[in-house]
Amino acid sequence: MSEKIGVYVCHCGTNIAGIVNVEEVSQWAGSRLKDRGVVIARDYKFMCSSLGQELIEKDIKELGLTRVVVAACSPHLHERTFRTACERAGLNPYLCELVSIREQVSWVHTDKIAATAKAEAVLSGGVERVIHNEPLEPLKVPIHPDSLVVGGGIAGIQAALELADGGNHVYLVEREPSIGGHMAQFDKTFPTLDCSACILTPRMVQVGNHPNITLLTWSEVTKVDGYVGNFEVAIKKKARYVNTELCTGCGICVEKCPKKVVDDVFEAGMAKRKVIYIPFPQAVPNFPVLDAPNCTFFQKGTCKACEKFCPTNAIDFNQKDEDITVKVGNIVLATGYDLFNPRRIPQYGYGRLENIFTSLEFERLCNASGPTGGNIVLKDGITPPKTVGIVHCVGSRDQNYNGYCSAICCMQSIKFAHLVHERTGADIYNFYIDIRTPGKSYEEFYQRVLDEGTHFVRGKVAEVTEVARSPEEEGKLIIQVEDTLIGKQRRIPVDMVILSAGLEPRYDAKETGKLFGIACSADGWYIERHPKLDPIATMTEGVFIAGCVQGPKDIPATVAQGAAAAARIQGKIQQGEITLEPIRASINEDQCSGCRICNDLCPFSAILYHEDRAVSEINAALCQGCGTCVAACPAGAISGTGFSNEQILAQIEGLLLLNIDQKESKKVLA
Amino acid sequence: MSKNEKPKFAMYWADSCGGCDIAVLNIHEKILDVDANFEVVFWPVAMDAKYKDVEAMPDKSILLTLFNGAIHSTEHEHVAHLLRKKSKILVAFGSCACEGCMPALINLSSKKDFFDTVFTTISTVNPENIRPQTSVKVPEGVITLPEMYSVVRTLDQVVPVDYYMPGCPPESHQIAAVIDLVIQVLQGKAELPPPGTVIGAGNSTVCDECPRKRDIKKIKKFDRIQFIEPDPEICLLEQGIFCSGLATRSGCEAKCPSAGSPCIGCYGPAEGVLDYGARLMSAVASVIDSTDPVEINQILDGIPDPAGQIYRFNMAGSLLQACKDAWNRK
Amino acid sequence: MNNDDTFEPVIIGFTCNWCSYRAADTAGTARVKYAPNIRLIRLMCSGRLDPTFVLKALANGADGVLITGCHPGDCHYVEQNYKALRRFHLLKRVLTQMGIEPGRLKLVWASAAEGAILAAEFDKFINEVRALGPLNLPLQKQKTFSTPALEEVAA
Repeated sequence: MSEKIGVYVCHCGTNIAGIVNVEEVSQWAGSRLKDRGVVIARDYKFMCSSLGQELIEKDIKELGLTRVVVAACSPHLHERTFRTACERAGLNPYLCELVSIREQVSWVHTDKIAATAKAEAVLSGGVERVIHNEPLEPLKVPIHPDSLVVGGGIAGIQAALELADGGNHVYLVEREPSIGGHMAQFDKTFPTLDCSACILTPRMVQVGNHPNITLLTWSEVTKVDGYVGNFEVAIKKKARYVNTELCTGCGICVEKCPKKVVDDVFEAGMAKRKVIYIPFPQAVPNFPVLDAPNCTFFQKGTCKACEKFCPTNAIDFNQKDEDITVKVGNIVLATGYDLFNPRRIPQYGYGRLENIFTSLEFERLCNASGPTGGNIVLKDGITPPKTVGIVHCVGSRDQNYNGYCSAICCMQSIKFAHLVHERTGADIYNFYIDIRTPGKSYEEFYQRVLDEGTHFVRGKVAEVTEVARSPEEEGKLIIQVEDTLIGKQRRIPVDMVILSAGLEPRYDAKETGKLFGIACSADGWYIERHPKLDPIATMTEGVFIAGCVQGPKDIPATVAQGAAAAARIQGKIQQGEITLEPIRASINEDQCSGCRICNDLCPFSAILYHEDRAVSEINAALCQGCGTCVAACPAGAISGTGFSNEQILAQIEGLLLLNIDQKESKKVLA
Repeated sequence: MSKNEKPKFAMYWADSCGGCDIAVLNIHEKILDVDANFEVVFWPVAMDAKYKDVEAMPDKSILLTLFNGAIHSTEHEHVAHLLRKKSKILVAFGSCACEGCMPALINLSSKKDFFDTVFTTISTVNPENIRPQTSVKVPEGVITLPEMYSVVRTLDQVVPVDYYMPGCPPESHQIAAVIDLVIQVLQGKAELPPPGTVIGAGNSTVCDECPRKRDIKKIKKFDRIQFIEPDPEICLLEQGIFCSGLATRSGCEAKCPSAGSPCIGCYGPAEGVLDYGARLMSAVASVIDSTDPVEINQILDGIPDPAGQIYRFNMAGSLLQACKDAWNRK
Repeated sequence: MNNDDTFEPVIIGFTCNWCSYRAADTAGTARVKYAPNIRLIRLMCSGRLDPTFVLKALANGADGVLITGCHPGDCHYVEQNYKALRRFHLLKRVLTQMGIEPGRLKLVWASAAEGAILAAEFDKFINEVRALGPLNLPLQKQKTFSTPALEEVAA
């Protein structure tokens, strides 16, 4: 008994109809595929519109359609739309297929005859496939109400607070001793010139005190098992060597510690810290951490000054790393960014010449709790600069390093110009390619700094050198640049250079992504589910991204993303269960011989082997539907819904037009 | 024509080795049950009969015909059609008729290469390069020889087949079981399975019957059985021996791996499988323990003749069936 | 076989839902042009690629088959593209023995953003197969999936 198939060919305005003769395709399907079960074939201007969908619903009800094929745009856009329309009309949604004749035909081919022939073949493939579709019911799994936020910067803090304020328990995991992220290192934030710590620390304190947040700093996620709604996460709490139950945060241990090392995390290498240290005064939690590899006791067995002086006996040199496992329903990855290393651009002299600073180093210079108490001075620690050069786009918008724009460097550079002007009255030059000030009040801030007298030179800096060519250049750093607005080479001597280094993904972003089952793009930022319409979800259900992990962005956008991820999760928690696509594999026990080829093929550990019955079995909730085991089973005992052998083999036949007269099919291919 | 009331039985060998006929005789005394319940009207290996005798029989007068051997010549095809016409139940008996077996390996060569090898190189002293002709004029008239096809086919690629009995040969205990079933059907005590069924075989693959211990597979190297001392308790594939048992239909009691020899695939594909070789390739390749293309290829070098090894018994029944040259009748 | 004498190959391309199918969509959104000879099938993962599909495509009229998936290390399902890689290499050896030119089967990795790169690979492969000429395996009806039912046997 053959199926009753309805075929719908979309014009998509002229997007498809401009190249593919959609009426011809529809008529062709109606006549040539009639024997295959096509009872109605229509073409319509916009199938995704409500009128278009109603065409399908009406035909299902009136003609008793048992299968529907729509030839239109990509299934990634509208498969759900048409499946939902079928469901409304009483047809199981999985009996509907959407084949792409837009992204994969009309938009990529110019030969109208060939494109029309290909559209017919693609439609034929869809028709043959849909005959073998089976009605499926989606799987419902419960959602654990706890969530995990990884990364305690402003994005993670926002997400955690929103979730916690919503009444849900959150684990916030941060690998540094304190939350705060990069924002805690800044002095002022653009364009408001808010003191960064002043606006950040209240949030940090809220996190530290919130009854719904379990704060795990100096900790890292080591393993993630499970699936959306039911993750099992292994977290390693690194040893602080401080008993946080007893510690009062008095700081005597830090004071008495005799050894200093360079602080290359919080102070960006601009200052030293003690071996036992609190990263910054407003740290949350306010417990110190002992840097064991640099500790005299761990190296030589002596000292223990901190232990001697601690009034509450909180120092514990025997403390060990602690491994815990938590169950959560959803995860937000908000692990931030690393700064581009300007050492990679040798002609800028960073690391070789004095008084050249990266943006983060300069933030520490400006910061009142930084190494110079907020005084902008040269490396000698005393002399303020008389001229400062600020270089935009260091390592960004550059084919040799990163092709993308880092989004915040222009505003940051303009902010630096303002701060230098305010505190030193120095002569300031900003070297830019374009000025990018898209945010609210950003352009006005730029105008203000222009009015302050900062010189803006349009040109990519070629070189920063100390080799003087004239007396004025002696002892200075000379910036060599082409001023493109006047069409001349310029050499500008300055005392200090600030390099606005670009933002890059964290050095271990790829490994971290693998841990959570998400992938990175070629640039290394995590891939979002849709770049325009869903920037905070990933391809992995239950794992969300927020902040600069998704790409460079300013604080307002970061905060918005953190809140968005929290909102999405709260919606799911509220529903109590999540619906999973029923694309799953299953094993026919009678046919399974227990050869065990499949057991090791599943990265989600979904295939178990039963010794007693000598057969394998697939856990439907763990199965992600990749189909690898279906393809590998030598006995053909594993089948997969949604992408079964029957469906794909039939689709091949349809694409090659075996379902119609052979001689005719070759003509169509011409 | 016989006035006997017993239902008629026939067995024919097309391109075969004779092993299937021997396997039938290997049911020992049970052959007397065959004699008791059937009248054997045509069985070239066991009795004298001519094609014209078969042509003279009424259509569908032979109840059961066991057809072994692949279709390689016009004669084979002619008799296939003839026996289909005259038989009620036509069984593709043995791997040759089911999947092609050894004769189908010639599908990897063109007919020209095949004949050149046979008639001018290894197996014959033929200094005048005499080749068989399909017709030759002799003083008495014209004599003919059947023509060999360039592509060996299975029985069901030539005529519709009712049942399949795989194996090279089908195990005698399975043949005995089938004969018992047919006798029971004759006595009205049992029903024939649906047409198209594979009979005399199991539902799963050889691993199901194999006594060896099985674990997760990770192959770092393929070895030939003669070069290593395999552990008799553990799965051969895990030890790097290419055993086809995982993709081969069960029913043979895993005699080969039980005896220390890897399965070579004579019982054909498992139920519902479209291409035996694809299943075997997919399974074995999936568990190669490497992610580097160079290393993967080095590991695959341990299989010197993949097409021959994988499609040893199943070339004619496979999707591609034959090489380009054979298809183009070269 | 064609209206005129120039041979145009028919290629079947297997894509994975998360990377290469999206790359093909990205090529479409960016209006990158390529030749119309390739027809794509969407699988959830390149690991779903069963050698049966390749053999079927070649046996049923395709002149070439392109397998695509996520870059090694980037598979949405972690490491399933490696299984496709291993099957591809064994399949290629077998096909070569069957007299099918190795250039008719190709494996290409592409990430979702690499639309232009994938389109260029499509064109490249189409040209390579065009140069090899038609595969011209005779189509056999009994190899089609919708096998006609066997004649009923009246027992």
